[in-house]
Amino acid sequence: MSASTPQVLRPDRKKHRIGYNIAGLVAFVLMAFPVYWLVISSLRPNAEIRSYDQTLWPSSITFDNFSRAINQPNFGTAIESSLIVCGVAVLGGMLLATIAAFAIGRFRFRGRKFFMIVLLVVQLLPPTAMLIPIYIQLNDLGGLNEYWGVIVIYLVSTLPFATWMIRGFVINIPPELEESAMVDGCSRMGAFWRVTFPLLAPGLAAASIFSLITAWNEYLLAYVVLQDNDKYTLNVWLMNFTTSRGIDYGALMAASTMIAIPVVAFFLLVQKYMATGLTSGAVKG
Amino acid sequence: MSAADMKAADPPVSVPRAPEGADPQLAKNVNRKPRKAGALLPYLLIAPAFVAIAAVFVWPFIKTVIMSFQDVGRRELWSGAAAPWVGFDQFTNILGDSEFWDVVWRTIIFMVVCVFVTMVGGLGLSMIMQRMSTWVRLLLTAALVAAWSMPLLVATSIFRWFADSDYGVINMVLTKYLGIDAQGHNWFLDPKQGFVIIGAVVVWGAIPFVSVTLYAALTQVPKELEEAASLDGAGTTGIFRYVTWPVIKPVFQMVATLSVLWDFNVFGQIFLMRGNKPEPEYSVLGIYSFEKAFESNSFSQGAAISLITVLLLSGVAVYYLRQLLKIGEVE
Repeated sequence: MSASTPQVLRPDRKKHRIGYNIAGLVAFVLMAFPVYWLVISSLRPNAEIRSYDQTLWPSSITFDNFSRAINQPNFGTAIESSLIVCGVAVLGGMLLATIAAFAIGRFRFRGRKFFMIVLLVVQLLPPTAMLIPIYIQLNDLGGLNEYWGVIVIYLVSTLPFATWMIRGFVINIPPELEESAMVDGCSRMGAFWRVTFPLLAPGLAAASIFSLITAWNEYLLAYVVLQDNDKYTLNVWLMNFTTSRGIDYGALMAASTMIAIPVVAFFLLVQKYMATGLTSGAVKG
Repeated sequence: MSAADMKAADPPVSVPRAPEGADPQLAKNVNRKPRKAGALLPYLLIAPAFVAIAAVFVWPFIKTVIMSFQDVGRRELWSGAAAPWVGFDQFTNILGDSEFWDVVWRTIIFMVVCVFVTMVGGLGLSMIMQRMSTWVRLLLTAALVAAWSMPLLVATSIFRWFADSDYGVINMVLTKYLGIDAQGHNWFLDPKQGFVIIGAVVVWGAIPFVSVTLYAALTQVPKELEEAASLDGAGTTGIFRYVTWPVIKPVFQMVATLSVLWDFNVFGQIFLMRGNKPEPEYSVLGIYSFEKAFESNSFSQGAAISLITVLLLSGVAVYYLRQLLKIGEVE
């Protein structure tokens, strides 16, 4: 029966495939066009961008937009801010998430379920609802216009998801591995750090990249908390291209391309690590 | 922290799921190693995360509730003076304001339309992805991933440019290729048209997550069942309704719920599209609360509006939680 079924469906499938392919290509064009526009616009001469007669492809290619974007004041400090804020937030977040994930993945204890529900529920709170009290709280603590204020918020806002995700990887690693290390004289935590932690690498990579993308793309909180031009993160700095006199689209697209490339690259990495992480059950064999 | 950020942070598939064998092992493990000094260990391990979450989510939320019964303005904020208690005044003021109800309806309508288009588009796309040739699917997946990982700010700038009255592609295509004279047409003059552009960037940004997740769910539908149904004479709609839908339903509901939450809280797209100063006709709840707090310097009004938003959404949130519990991610 299983041998005959493909033959039943095949002629039908082949006939329809052309239609599905056309629909797929139309969807491809719709989804890809904004990305295409971003890239070609960053390479277009300014005269073409400021033209009343827009064309779908550029007549010539230039790097003027990139040099204008790079020469915009505070480009360097914006990169520095983004790296400091995101780097510290992600590293700190991973540390807290890993030990918390180990706790809920390996132990049964009272309040475990409550903690897990907290992890889910806090992700449902609307970010703008939290903005005002967080702003006031940071003001009271002297955290306005300071990196640490933004770092703490980014760290915690990526924490629930990262914990949830790493927990999934923890329970995929057999506890017997830790037990045998403990038989050999490791403490409970020693066994975790020496045996389980290295095996968690793909999960940590995936969770940290997701956290990094979240932090890298955030701008509202950074916009509200950071007030000095030389403390702006890249996303806040990007607003420099929008002035009351108009928008420098060429430089904006060039700057956006530079900011988006690492995100897209990281995202492609995630896909790979995710696959590795999901098949990491192989250690069970 | 914004909606789109959360989107980027969600895995394409419901990844963290315990394998069937994990729990017995866990229980066995706990039984075999009776707690000596270890009974407190798990609490010590979750303590840092718990304290951090309490400080950044729970305490500000309690603070929102407190503030909404006070009158915190610029003076109280900077001088640290105790804010006067005003009881339910903030709420009665807001609920009695006809502008507020315009904002609520605008938010709901915008959310419903965006969620509908996103879910129908995403489901349709995931279903045709199953049936197209491999090379087309690879091309489409690449475009979806690129769109998915595009920072919100960048995506919004591009769509804003598309709709630019002088240099925009939309007006050019309409005029040059479709013969409609749209030269110099300002899309944001009429908020209805403006919301079409804003909706486009929202839907464009959400479709990848929805279609990739649903595509993953569709691959879980057993081929044999579909084929058996087809042999038994079921048509395409019959197969979908009785075989495919029951399998993908929980994932569909979860994605739809997330979309409701994200689109109800939409902020960045409107804020940026309107150059950080959205006109009153472009206010949705998030914008309205932000403007009341930071532009009018009435932090308590902003807090009260936020609280009403949370209450309006809490029904959906509870539904989402139950869905997760049902799927078995919380054991």
